Amino acid sequence: MQEFVAAFAEAFNLIVAGDGDLLEIVGLSLRVSLTAVGISCVIGFPLGAVIGIGDFRGRQCIIVCVNALMGLPPVVVGLVAYLILSNSGPLGWLDLLYSPTAMIIAQTILVAPIVTALSRQIVEDFHAEYAELFRSLSVPHRTAVTTLLMDAKHSLATVALAGFGRAIAEVGAVIIVGGNIDHLTRVMTTAIALETSKGNLALALALGMILIVLSLAVNATVSLLREASGQPADA
Amino acid sequence: MPDTGAMLPVQVSGLSYHAGGRTLIDQIDLEIASKGITVIMGPNGAGKSLLLRLLHGLLPPTSGSIRWDGQPASDAHRRRQAMVFQRPVLLRRSVAANIEFALDLHGNQDPARRDTVLSAVDLLDYAAQPARRLSGGEQQRLALARALATDPEVLFLDEPTANLDPAATAVIEAAVGRIRDAGTKAVFVTHDIGQARRLADDIVFMHRGRICETGYAVTFFDTPRTSEAQQFLQGELVL
Repeated sequence: MQEFVAAFAEAFNLIVAGDGDLLEIVGLSLRVSLTAVGISCVIGFPLGAVIGIGDFRGRQCIIVCVNALMGLPPVVVGLVAYLILSNSGPLGWLDLLYSPTAMIIAQTILVAPIVTALSRQIVEDFHAEYAELFRSLSVPHRTAVTTLLMDAKHSLATVALAGFGRAIAEVGAVIIVGGNIDHLTRVMTTAIALETSKGNLALALALGMILIVLSLAVNATVSLLREASGQPADA
Repeated sequence: MPDTGAMLPVQVSGLSYHAGGRTLIDQIDLEIASKGITVIMGPNGAGKSLLLRLLHGLLPPTSGSIRWDGQPASDAHRRRQAMVFQRPVLLRRSVAANIEFALDLHGNQDPARRDTVLSAVDLLDYAAQPARRLSGGEQQRLALARALATDPEVLFLDEPTANLDPAATAVIEAAVGRIRDAGTKAVFVTHDIGQARRLADDIVFMHRGRICETGYAVTFFDTPRTSEAQQFLQGELVL
């Protein structure tokens, strides 16, 4: 127990002192996950909207597939990304394996289905409310998509948040395609796994605490943005 | 003033609508005049709102036809119409942005037009407010203003005052009266006899998916021909 408390105290000191290694790991984690979530939103929001309000053959099949992809195991995603990016893979010539870019690609594969599936559901719900108005005003399809995305922006912010939560917390995909290389591809989750196995609980705990604080901070930011805009989620 | 002669009158022939194995609109033949306010009235479940949706093209009929000045109904016709729903559907934006949305769709970005229609329903001072924070009556006035922004030749109103108090109802009725005076054709659904008396130039009385009676409002209220209409006007239950 005493060892545990000491590790906690040391972890706290590392954070307060702004330890260089710690900041580097946190910085890379944020860069990788935020970029992956950004790309996922650019892909997932419009795709989800098109599926949500679309009326085409195979729509239900696509919805089932996208929903199923939400539960992709990160290690499987890491393995697939590894096979694609390795020297013998189709994108091996890009020489991206064991780089932050490879980690971004893996996390995008992981997060994009989540963003797409949740956006689809939200946009579909909004469309159920707006459909008659759109028909009455003869709103073109593209305008309908952009209008629904615009009006659902607060709910979609929550979707982005869910994607970020998935990305920042996963370890399986980034450790396979990133390799957990010190000062290059080491992020919070892979570092926690490594430092724990080495017995360096202080750094692992410090990273864990930062991970939790980050999660709280992102949630609080979205709530504050919502309040600042004067619109609750259903307004 | 819109040129109502361009697409009116509307002729409905053999119009039916079936859903869930039931006949909700049954072989309706009807001609709606070019001017004034036509009130479609009848008890709940008569098919009034459904007929309005069919006229506006929101639903495809099971059989029959709707012709605007002799031409089959088309998207082009619908772009010259507007509809106010019983429950206003407002975008999650400001009052002004709701009007601008409709104006943009018609290629009109003139802020003066936006302000004109907001003034017409006494909402100019609320232009920057979030639309969904307005009261029920104000929301319905905004929905009316948005419909007017597109300068429709025909305005459909589906029980727009059903959930409003008398003061808010009076504002809506006054606005509809001004719209009629400006030359726009209005087709107004209500089951409120008093409201029909106040607004109607002519009446379409429906019961169980059929049209029982049509005619000038004065004639209809003074000498209703059918037993259903007589019962309805006397406040009796029409079964």
